[in-house]
Amino acid sequence: MPETLVFYLLAALAIGASAMVIGQRNPMYSVMMLIASFGALAALYIQLDAPFVAVAQIIIYAGAIMVLFLFVVMLLNAPQEDRAEWDRSHPLRQPGVTRFGTLMALLLVIELTWALTGPGRAVESGAAPVSSVREVGRVLFTDYMFAFEATSILILVAMLGAVLLARREGEQP
Amino acid sequence: MDLRTAIQLGIIGLTFFMLINASALLVLAERKIMGFMQQRYGPYRVGPHGMLQPLADIIKLLMKEELRPKGADKWLFTLAPIISVTAAFAAFATVPWGAQTTFFGLLDEPVKLGVADVNVGVLVVFAVTSMGVYGIVLAGWASNSKYSLFGGLRASAQMISYELAYATALASVVMLAGSLSLREVVDSQSGVWFGFIPRWYVFLQPIGFIIYTIAGVAETNRAPFDFPEAEQELVAGYNTEYSSVRFALFPQAEYINMATMSAVATDLYLGGWHGPWLPPEYGWIWFLAKVGVILFVYIWVRWTVPRYRYDQLMSFGWKILFPAAVINLLVTAALVLYFNA
Amino acid sequence: MDGWLGVLIMIGLGIGFAGVMVGLSLLLGPKNPTPEKLAPYECGMAAVGDARERHSVKFYLVAMIFLLFDIEVAFLYPWALALRDLGWPGFVQIVTFFLILLVGYVYVWRKGVLDWGPVSSRVRSQRPKAA
Repeated sequence: MPETLVFYLLAALAIGASAMVIGQRNPMYSVMMLIASFGALAALYIQLDAPFVAVAQIIIYAGAIMVLFLFVVMLLNAPQEDRAEWDRSHPLRQPGVTRFGTLMALLLVIELTWALTGPGRAVESGAAPVSSVREVGRVLFTDYMFAFEATSILILVAMLGAVLLARREGEQP
Repeated sequence: MDLRTAIQLGIIGLTFFMLINASALLVLAERKIMGFMQQRYGPYRVGPHGMLQPLADIIKLLMKEELRPKGADKWLFTLAPIISVTAAFAAFATVPWGAQTTFFGLLDEPVKLGVADVNVGVLVVFAVTSMGVYGIVLAGWASNSKYSLFGGLRASAQMISYELAYATALASVVMLAGSLSLREVVDSQSGVWFGFIPRWYVFLQPIGFIIYTIAGVAETNRAPFDFPEAEQELVAGYNTEYSSVRFALFPQAEYINMATMSAVATDLYLGGWHGPWLPPEYGWIWFLAKVGVILFVYIWVRWTVPRYRYDQLMSFGWKILFPAAVINLLVTAALVLYFNA
Repeated sequence: MDGWLGVLIMIGLGIGFAGVMVGLSLLLGPKNPTPEKLAPYECGMAAVGDARERHSVKFYLVAMIFLLFDIEVAFLYPWALALRDLGWPGFVQIVTFFLILLVGYVYVWRKGVLDWGPVSSRVRSQRPKAA
């Protein structure tokens, strides 16, 4: 019973923080809320007995990606999001970005409903529980060897892309 | 609540209390050692030999006015020091500091001396330390002061750069020990080679130990890598605009981080609480002694080595320390496989 | 799960301690703000402009490169633990991984992302020796 309670508490924290990310205009606060949301997610992973995923979540998402976000927010120096000026008289008369976002949100809701009400495929897949870090390593470097090596190509491309984009013409970055 | 739970809670409380004490003691030790190295007394007025100086400092700071500069972000300005201190305390949570003990037969089952024993302890220290960056960068941004902002930016760039080297150096020890739990790493270092050399990983990983120590100095923003608060350039860096207790919390976090860094180095490289002569129940004395030696070296380095230049720091971290850590890891892996086969 | 409770208690104690200290100083400290006290410190001069100006793109680049290498480091730990089971094939895999990343590392180095010095010294050090 306490475990269920903790789960609902953490889930509420994660959802609440995520809602706050898009719920206010100061991008700095959004970054903070996203970190809080990642923290709650990490705690949920711990509850699922996946400590490695939890610490990886903190190290990579909360520790590295959010530092990048923070730098971007500081780099762009946008203390307040621009207040969008559009016709609010009708919900459909909105700029394309908002429409696209709404579409994506609707798709997500449909997908979630389908996943939650559909048959429990995750349970019957019969995969052995991979909880220890050593087991993760063994599986990663045998069964998912190709995917792992492909990741390095992905990282390489990201590195080249970042340098290329940040470099102005005829100038060292 | 049974006796066992009570004792475990007591251990957590004791660790917390000792960390607060460590930060106070380190302030005093730093000023005393600095005085000794510069041929003067250091603090000596408050209490015998100035022992009560940290207490006087904190009372003084409590009575000071909290200033928040105009244009500063109200919430983040207050939140930043709290994040710093919390991350510093939490990083120590998975660091064990003594062997199992039954408290002279008081308990049937021995309890472990340390706050928490989790099977990914090394990674938890790494993860929580990386959260400490936010305290500093937010302090810099929220202050709405140019010096603060640059201090915060420099600090974050420096900390993330050295995090790589330090994490890679730790991976080599993890490989040797075959475990991510700090307690298991310590226990794999018990015993001696050839009858007299202790089986500490510092002898197998001398380069890793050096990389870890250097990166540890940079991670805690201490001289010669104290660019976030380089006073000749940035007044006081990210905490320029802070006053009163909110200011005091930043150095406190720094000193606790120093203690954590030294404790992790002791656990991973110097055999933790293993040592000759003392029975295992008193291993924590060895632990404290080793941590004390590393902390002394920290302070010693601070008052001996002049500050680097920022570009030297960044190129040292990225071009020397990180590649060295990777090569060290690969060589260690090859040796482990060679001797295992 | 028990172990994690300790981590949680430690976080709680940390927040509590910091909160109590900040609260105490708000109670005990005087409150006498003047416009001069509340101005951001700029060596005694009146502050010029906004502090939150746009800054060098280098910080962004370093954070990006750090993120990418951090992912690599996160992969290292499971590998380090499983190395004895994986044997030499595992070693070859990680070396391949590092060799691919080495290409990116060399590129980043040659493009001067890791250099922070003034431009003049960078140009001097990068001048091709043959030319």
